[in-house]
Amino acid sequence: MSERIPALRLEGIVKTFPGVRALDGVSFDVMPGEVHALMGENGAGKSTLMKVLGGIHQPNEGQIFIEEQAVTMGSPLEAKAKGVVFIHQELSLADELPVSENVYLGELPRRSFGRVDRRQLNEQTARILQRLKVGFAPQARVGDLSIANKQMVEIARALTVDAKAVIFDEPTASLTDAEKVVLFEVIEDLKSQGVGIVYISHRMEEIFRISDRISVLRDGSYRGTLETAATNEDEVTQLMIGRSLDLSTNREHKEAGEVAIEVRGLSCGNLYHDVSFEVRRGEVVGFYGLVGAGRTEIAETLFGLRHPTAGQVLLDGNEIHIGSPIEAIANGISLVPEDRKGQGLVLGMNCRDNMTLPQVDDLKAGPFVSDGAEIAIFDQYRDKLEIKTPGWRQLVGNLSGGNQQKIVIGKWLSMHPNVLIVDEPTRGIDVGSKSEIHKLIRELAGQGYAVIVISSEMPEVLHVSDRVVAMFHGEIMRTFTAEEITEDKLVQAISGIRADDDAA
Amino acid sequence: MNKQFFSKYAKEGAIWGFIVLELIVFSVAGEFLSLTDSNFLDPDNMLLLLTQSAPLGIIALGMTIIMINGNIDLSVGAIFALCAVVMLDAMSWPMFESLGDWVIPFAWGLALLTGMGLGLINGLIVWKTGVDAFIVTLGSMLGFRGLVFMYNGEQPTFHLNWTMVDLAETTLFGISMPILVFGACIAVVWWLMNHTVHGRNAYAVGDNREAAVNAGIRVGPHMVWNFVLIGFLAALSSITFYSASGSVNPNDGMLYELWIITAVVLGGTKLAGGKGSIIATVGGILAIQLMRKGLGFIGADTAMVNLVIGSILIAVLYLDRQLNRKGEEELKL
Repeated sequence: MSERIPALRLEGIVKTFPGVRALDGVSFDVMPGEVHALMGENGAGKSTLMKVLGGIHQPNEGQIFIEEQAVTMGSPLEAKAKGVVFIHQELSLADELPVSENVYLGELPRRSFGRVDRRQLNEQTARILQRLKVGFAPQARVGDLSIANKQMVEIARALTVDAKAVIFDEPTASLTDAEKVVLFEVIEDLKSQGVGIVYISHRMEEIFRISDRISVLRDGSYRGTLETAATNEDEVTQLMIGRSLDLSTNREHKEAGEVAIEVRGLSCGNLYHDVSFEVRRGEVVGFYGLVGAGRTEIAETLFGLRHPTAGQVLLDGNEIHIGSPIEAIANGISLVPEDRKGQGLVLGMNCRDNMTLPQVDDLKAGPFVSDGAEIAIFDQYRDKLEIKTPGWRQLVGNLSGGNQQKIVIGKWLSMHPNVLIVDEPTRGIDVGSKSEIHKLIRELAGQGYAVIVISSEMPEVLHVSDRVVAMFHGEIMRTFTAEEITEDKLVQAISGIRADDDAA
Repeated sequence: MNKQFFSKYAKEGAIWGFIVLELIVFSVAGEFLSLTDSNFLDPDNMLLLLTQSAPLGIIALGMTIIMINGNIDLSVGAIFALCAVVMLDAMSWPMFESLGDWVIPFAWGLALLTGMGLGLINGLIVWKTGVDAFIVTLGSMLGFRGLVFMYNGEQPTFHLNWTMVDLAETTLFGISMPILVFGACIAVVWWLMNHTVHGRNAYAVGDNREAAVNAGIRVGPHMVWNFVLIGFLAALSSITFYSASGSVNPNDGMLYELWIITAVVLGGTKLAGGKGSIIATVGGILAIQLMRKGLGFIGADTAMVNLVIGSILIAVLYLDRQLNRKGEEELKL
């Protein structure tokens, strides 16, 4: 047997997007019958690497080898035909179709006149399902299956071809513990059949449970490969973070005021549960966690976009019910949303109108909106936030990301909120403007606003927050004060590791 | 499993329950309100109803496929009219003069080619430009209708050929030609959607287009075929109708698209695509036709009929949403 030939090997992959070097010479390989874990923070380049591998992006430099044969991946289909199969995080299944047709999507067995060969379809599917030891029939409608079983359908799809390498992208993101066990058995099974497995996950305990080797990416570059048996969580964490802490900045004032907003035992379906925290005036509380940990959903609840299934929200000590954004705004809760262009701004409207959008009703002189009042507000906040725009007539769509974000922030500040929630304050904003936004957030706290910052970027959270709430899978794992926080404690907390050994 | 089967059955059977309800209501109400002595459930009346359902029904089959694909075709009414113009006009073209009655198959063939050609135009534009089918076919609806008017202005186009009329009015065991054609189309399209790769892919494309692309289904050409198919069916519908009447007004077929879409939606096909059934669409067509005829039978006028059908459409979709909504996962408006 040619055991020592890697099933899949990537060499020196470089991928640049305008202004970003997303992958900087990444090399990586997976042997047949091996589980090779790929780790890295949000934005480290894992998904870009997978898109290159899957034929969605073409690399600028570098080469992909399958069993040491150089190949190019022109499309997802080509990748699959060459034996590289993806189990996606977002399931790409057709819910209304039966399992069998999903498994053989695009490759339905045919008879004459373009007829579907149902017998063969069902038999082949049944055989694959049997191999996966799942308890549903080929005829079951996919929409009726649990998430875990849908994932099995995806895996079944991978088994229709002679897979050399199967890539699992955060496969356990929405699985229960029992379902995970089944998944791991399937992975073991594939392993024993000589398939190479790439396992992408943020969860340390899983990685250590099933992987043989661990490779780490950081900022688009390859940072090393460790033998799982010969390493530990700390070493991997070090490799993932790899930068020194800088917590000292901007932390001159220390006196937080009284509690502005308090949340007690808040739950919302299966999105998050039993969440409790408080934010004081003059304080920035950072929420850090992986995508899907429930942070944005909490913000949406406080802003009235979702209704909690349990728990209380107290504003200045009085319980409030927030049924809609209108009520949230009336209570002085404002949200700078994650998707600035989609949810925060009307891109085709000018700067002034965007800024005064939630309060035009209050700016009326008789039946008409008062231009003067609007312009006065705009001028005030343009100066205060140092928004760079030629004038209020400028369309917001033409501003830079940083200035757009300032317009959104100014929009809420001009209404004198009690609580300002900022979701991903610097997503898609260039480095220079980033620090300006950070400075602005600190200043707002200094002026006595209670600020919640949600971010997927650790440096950002550490930089702006007085306290950091670490979330994992819809739960608050731990709340850190600025003094006690370290990057590896934070990484461990958001990877689901409880801080029980934290006596030191 | 049993429960699932039952709920599926209940959902897909709902339209037939509605039809039965209509039949009962109209035959009972007819006893008291009808202007005539005849019974609503009279077999002749029912056959007439089926015959009248056929022109819309044949096109609705194609619309079901288009909508399962996640597209829509607003131009079918205009295609219907334009095919009739081509067919009736071709009967008197000098080049066919020597053929005698053999002109009929040629005229039919030309009408079918016209329908397929117009569908091809729609499909290619949707594929190549990536513009939403709603917009593309809104444009072609206006454009094709423009062609109809360009041909003869406000004047009707007519050509009376008794052989053709006889053919169109042939009956088989008392079943009229439109019903026969409609029935054949139902069988073929049902088979297409349930037993061929093309049909099964149609569901996949509408359900999750990205997944379909990733699975290697050539989504663009796939959609083009479906537009050609609906064009063909619109032409076929036109042939069955105008072969008998022999005269087409430039305004004929207007609003057909809306009636057809209403029927398809009533039958449970999702506007977003991925879900729908040919048989349920037939139910939708029959339900609408019953409503039109039934309300007429008890003395309501057209305006009333439109009001009632419009209300029912919204009520049905509201019910559907209530039964299938996503619960608290959904953002509150």
